Amino acid sequence: MECLFGVVGDGFVLLVADTSAVRSIVVQKTDEDKILNLDSHRLLGTSGEPGDRVYFSEYIQKNIHLYRFRNGIQLSTAAAANFARGELARALRKNPYHANMLFAGYDEDVGPSLFYLDYIATLHKIQKGAMGYGGYFILSLMDKYYKPDMSLDDALKLVDMCIDEIRKRLVVAPPNFIIKIIDKDGARTHSWRKSVVET
Amino acid sequence: MRTDLSCLDPPTLCRSRLPGLGAEEDVMGLLEKTVPGRLELPQVADLDAFEKSAVQMVKPSKGTTTLAFIYKDGVVVAVDSRASMGPYISSQTVKKVIEINPYLLGTMAGGAADCQFWQRNLGLRCRLHELGNKKRISVAGASKLLANILFSYRGMGLSMGTMIAGWDDTGPNVYYIDSDGARLKGQRFSVGSGSTYAYGVLDAGYKWDLKKEAACELGRRAIYHATFRDAASGGTVSVYHIGPDGWEKISGDDVNDLHYAYYPVQSTQQTPPEQSMTDVASTSSS
Repeated sequence: MECLFGVVGDGFVLLVADTSAVRSIVVQKTDEDKILNLDSHRLLGTSGEPGDRVYFSEYIQKNIHLYRFRNGIQLSTAAAANFARGELARALRKNPYHANMLFAGYDEDVGPSLFYLDYIATLHKIQKGAMGYGGYFILSLMDKYYKPDMSLDDALKLVDMCIDEIRKRLVVAPPNFIIKIIDKDGARTHSWRKSVVET
Repeated sequence: MRTDLSCLDPPTLCRSRLPGLGAEEDVMGLLEKTVPGRLELPQVADLDAFEKSAVQMVKPSKGTTTLAFIYKDGVVVAVDSRASMGPYISSQTVKKVIEINPYLLGTMAGGAADCQFWQRNLGLRCRLHELGNKKRISVAGASKLLANILFSYRGMGLSMGTMIAGWDDTGPNVYYIDSDGARLKGQRFSVGSGSTYAYGVLDAGYKWDLKKEAACELGRRAIYHATFRDAASGGTVSVYHIGPDGWEKISGDDVNDLHYAYYPVQSTQQTPPEQSMTDVASTSSS
């Protein structure tokens, strides 16, 4: 019952993911961070099979670091997203990775961007998107209440509306969510929305 | 010398292959004799389903209870010792804690051979890391080594649900690692068919500031309660503690003894019967 969603606003991108690690009927962890920092201005949120999710996102992260070390500059968001798509596509017919992801980043020239990348290597640049069962409930919410170039306050209100809807309607809703933001100052954790606290 | 593979050839009616076979032999008898090496297949309607259920019968499922948690002074690892194959208890004395090296422990759930082999292999790689880097490997590093190996074998039928626990420069650590490729860092985990029962007792009694005695007792009690309710767990409870200087085995108790220690029978106490027959007042005169 994983939920991953994101919105692009005025000069920033918000990426929200649930933080539960679940195995059949047992919740093993409620503070698992599923959004990986690829570099200073790029985030990769993944959901899917446990091994594939971690392995694939770390693989992309290390390759992006390698590019920076070799060439002295960072890859742009679009280039990095296309690289990830290429890796998924290459593995698709042999040993596919079951991981869906949202790729978010900020570039000086283009501004904030969000990419939808699913396990069969579909890549789309989007303004708002959602993965997982949560998506069934919140995509329509986002369609109605999203406006291009929203302010941070409005975007956070939309995010909270989405989290409330998931908690209300999804049968095994995850208790905690993490919100990460990317703007011109970089990628960082913005806040948590917790309803269960780890002792 | 070439291997004689003629037994794999399809049956032929060529009589010249067999010595001493006259022309009077009937066809059925001839067919039997021309394929000496044929494999006898079970005479069932659906062969695939039969073979699948035969494999399922012997395949080990994670019938066990193991747990590990970190607290202020270290890590407590507690396990049961029962191995079951479906409804049959094959052993009550399985060692489910694998001593990887003097400061790292691994637990066993799932396939015993997979756990033992790969954790022994992990011990080997940890030692190589020590020799190459002049420093002990961290628990994060050791668990990542194992997780990467398991990830590369995903889909090939390995069955392991293990926890790697140890004390390194960052303090006490426990990682959960799975044959599906999952690797989770956490504060407390329980793995196996009895894990849900163990979680109940563990979560209710857990505090970060436990003393060593109390922490070990919490682990022991959680496993005992899981063995009480779960049919696939039982035998003995082994409790290990990992401190800054490495691991030590704290106790190994038979669960039956623990049961009567925790809930002694009082001779004065009578369990009330669930149902009893009472006389009904007769209304009709005989």
